[in-house]
Amino acid sequence: MSADSHAHGADAHHGHGEDHSHGTFKSYMTGFILSVILTAIPFYLVMSGVIENKSVTAMIITAFAAVQIVVHMIYFLHMSSSSEGGWNMMALIFTIIVVVIAISGSLWVMYHLHANMMPVHDMNGMK
Amino acid sequence: MSSTTTTAPETGEIVFYEKDEHAHPEGHSTALGFWIYLMSDCLIFAMLFATFAVLGGNYAAGPSPKDLFDLELVAVNTAMLLFSSITYGFAMLAMEKGQAKQVQAWLLVTALFGAAFLAIELYEFHHMIEHGATPQRSAFLSSFFTLVGTHGLHVTFGLIWLFTLMVQVGRRGLVPANKRRLMCLSMFWHFLDVIWIGVFTFVYLMGMLR
Repeated sequence: MSADSHAHGADAHHGHGEDHSHGTFKSYMTGFILSVILTAIPFYLVMSGVIENKSVTAMIITAFAAVQIVVHMIYFLHMSSSSEGGWNMMALIFTIIVVVIAISGSLWVMYHLHANMMPVHDMNGMK
Repeated sequence: MSSTTTTAPETGEIVFYEKDEHAHPEGHSTALGFWIYLMSDCLIFAMLFATFAVLGGNYAAGPSPKDLFDLELVAVNTAMLLFSSITYGFAMLAMEKGQAKQVQAWLLVTALFGAAFLAIELYEFHHMIEHGATPQRSAFLSSFFTLVGTHGLHVTFGLIWLFTLMVQVGRRGLVPANKRRLMCLSMFWHFLDVIWIGVFTFVYLMGMLR
């Protein structure tokens, strides 16, 4: 019966309880070495101050952080578009959207609040 | 027109619902559920990062990051967490091969690196508070202690979980339930390392650039 075979198809699709990809020695080492490099460079840049312009340094270390997060996701957390039938990726994308809205929104609103409601006396450390 | 759906199986037409509930083996969706928990945890950290981003420059004439942070110490701390990540990876590889003793050994190494991380962080906090840089001192310090402290608290719970699993594996071996728990802790532990990337980049390194 077609209804029966359909149910079986769904069953086979859902029956992936144990076969998660856990990575290999090689993939873990690749992730580790990449992470060491991606951590060492930003620390070196800030500690030695080789780049005069601070906002350029800030942008470079932000880029390194973003790349390292992706490296961790792939090599340590074994993320791929197919893990858990794509639902892992869906949850991740949703989270990233919320995180970006929350952080950029807070900064945007609070920056304008600072600009429009300047305190009477200028405090020392205010940016 | 409800008759069409009920008579469909008899006439052999394709129906768009499953007659019987398909099999749900125990724990088959734990990985996804735990991932969703981690994503919600990620939102907590996002709020704390946003708070720090807004308040991080308000020193209230108190100490600034340049006065407080020791980047060499932070670099050592970062290395500890990174080492613990790779050793946990080795524990997972040993689990794949079914070597319970090796799993326990690697979990212990991971726990030692994790404990070293916590010890260094607590030393840093103690050092700061001793010099009057308490959470009450300024908005910068309040948000700093909340963000970094929450991460440290997660590592603490991860350590408790690590020791619990070492005992569990010792008592019951690598049964499917323990494998599932090891997989969840693997995600949790690597996730904490991902959060730490954000912390050392945006709190410590950016703080020194201010």
